[in-house]
Amino acid sequence: MTLRPSNVSVRGLDISFGNVHVLKNLSIEVGQSEFLVLLGPSGCGKSTLLNAIAGLMDVNQGQIWIGGNNVTWSEPKDRSIAMVFQSYALYPHMTVRGNLSFGLKVAGSSSEEIARRVAVAADMLRLTELLERKPAHLSGGQRQRVAIGRALVREAPVFLFDEPLSNLDAQLRAELRVEIKRLHQRIGATMIYVTHDQIEALTLADRIAVMQGGIIQQLDTPQNVYAKPANRFVAAFVGSPAMNFVDGRLVLNGSQPLIDIGGAQVSVAGYEFATQAIDGQSVTLGIRPEHLEIQPESKEAQDGIASTVEMIEPMGAESLVWSRIGPIAVSARISSERPIALNEAIALHLPVRRISLFDSATGHRI
Amino acid sequence: MSATSIANADAMVPQGPRPQHLTWSRILVYGTLILAAFTVLVPLYVMIVTSLKPMSEIRLGNILALPDVPTIDAWVAAWTSACTGLTCNGIRVGFWNSAFILIPSVVVSIAVGAINGYALAFWRLPGSGILFGALLVGAFIPYPVFVYPLVRIFAWLGIYGSLPGIVLIHTIFGLPVMTIVFRNYYQSLPQELFKAARIDGAGFVRVFVSIMLPMSTPILIVAVILQVTGIWNDFLLGLIFAGRDNMPMTVQLNNVVNSSQGERNYNVEMAATLLTALVPLFVYFVSGKWFVRGIAAGAVKA
Repeated sequence: MTLRPSNVSVRGLDISFGNVHVLKNLSIEVGQSEFLVLLGPSGCGKSTLLNAIAGLMDVNQGQIWIGGNNVTWSEPKDRSIAMVFQSYALYPHMTVRGNLSFGLKVAGSSSEEIARRVAVAADMLRLTELLERKPAHLSGGQRQRVAIGRALVREAPVFLFDEPLSNLDAQLRAELRVEIKRLHQRIGATMIYVTHDQIEALTLADRIAVMQGGIIQQLDTPQNVYAKPANRFVAAFVGSPAMNFVDGRLVLNGSQPLIDIGGAQVSVAGYEFATQAIDGQSVTLGIRPEHLEIQPESKEAQDGIASTVEMIEPMGAESLVWSRIGPIAVSARISSERPIALNEAIALHLPVRRISLFDSATGHRI
Repeated sequence: MSATSIANADAMVPQGPRPQHLTWSRILVYGTLILAAFTVLVPLYVMIVTSLKPMSEIRLGNILALPDVPTIDAWVAAWTSACTGLTCNGIRVGFWNSAFILIPSVVVSIAVGAINGYALAFWRLPGSGILFGALLVGAFIPYPVFVYPLVRIFAWLGIYGSLPGIVLIHTIFGLPVMTIVFRNYYQSLPQELFKAARIDGAGFVRVFVSIMLPMSTPILIVAVILQVTGIWNDFLLGLIFAGRDNMPMTVQLNNVVNSSQGERNYNVEMAATLLTALVPLFVYFVSGKWFVRGIAAGAVKA
């Protein structure tokens, strides 16, 4: 199956329902064959944006371009898109074959063409055995594969996914995630994928757009979104278990820059400041549990923060160890093989390459 | 510890289903239900036995007694020779009139209601909210308010007292309820189904015919029940709008009962009444479950 992928361009989009502004002057460029994930909590406007791109929702302001055409006023069918929905949205009275071929029949394709495309899609998604079944007789995973197949037969240059895996259990979700990734590599279509699941976002995306309050907070590769979150919201939303945040004060007038956290001092020499830092500024230091290092107290750690183990959450291969920096509870992820005991005295070490600093007032990365 | 458990061995150990006791509230519930059933069933019983008795037996006055010599003479008379006003051709004339009114009225009112409901549920056109509000109001305005203006309008259009006229009347009066019933049903279907069909390129008609209509069987049954019973039982609109040649069965029945001179043929009147009630009775018995669902669909916002 070959198709020419299109780029998608959203320019200055405004959407509001009455007084509620869902999207505000939103612009985004999605490249050919790119896999873009729109990630955010519910109500952040990600589904609204996808529906607007699909032509299922009218926009108040701005333009949508697909493959070099301004499709802002076009009907969904004229936008060269295919779409997969969270609830599968299969036609319950039609067989799998009927579901796959409905769109082609509407478009007036010849029966040979329909048969060919259905066969290709069914083969690709292992649906051949199920073609004569009705959706009611399929499992959740099979239903979603049919829904993906229905998108596939359209041979559209742009695929839109609206939380396609949210209704599935954890195991099926992981399986279909791989299947979608493989599909993208195979057909090379441009894909825009909405989810609130950060694992899906990190595993699937070429780029992630993290959204909140109708605004794109950060648009970057999964690696950068994870390692260098643009603000505190992104830092807290992406990553599980969540990033630790500790408030402190930036001290720049000494021999090396450091952060004063209620008496304890953490050196930030070598930190790549994103903006001009100000001496005495209130900052929030963020560090992911897997980057927070724990050493036994006895070992003479020169800049470690003394603490004790308060709780241990075993998670299989790793354990989450809870201790404190000042009054703030922080977690560290360590291998389950490492011996560690409750109430053990430890020293916490914050590797400067791994930390993120945010302006406490604005939440922006500094 | 073991001593007490042995001592309690005779007592009921809570295990399995909780024992059922006959309580006052239960007696009250069953009593009310039985009483209600009696008030409906006793008159029906009286009607049936009376319709099967000859007049000589009826004159004895034992209205609850079973007929000594059951006869269907009264049924035949009611169907073929009872007098409705000046003519004495039985109420079969009315039966066919009612059927000719019923069939097109049911089909047209349901078709229009379904399309209206579909458009309101999925196509969110500007002003559709106001339109739906107006329909809701329309559903609760009593018929007689409309009667006089509609008579004038229909007379002016030249369809007053004709079959198309009465069909149109039933369509108009069925419209609010049919639209609400269908809108609520379609509203309960997943919106994503509609979106998927739109992405697949289906337009207004195609989505309705290929996607929504095949999924509408339950609500279609409900709508047929509501409209068949409603239109068949109609008396007022038929009397006013149908015209002399199309008088429905209910109007003819009224004529049978009110126009008899001399001795009243109770058995014929009972038989005629039962014949008239046959269609709705049949619908109730066959579709009790669906009928209840229909009432719920009309009353509760889905």
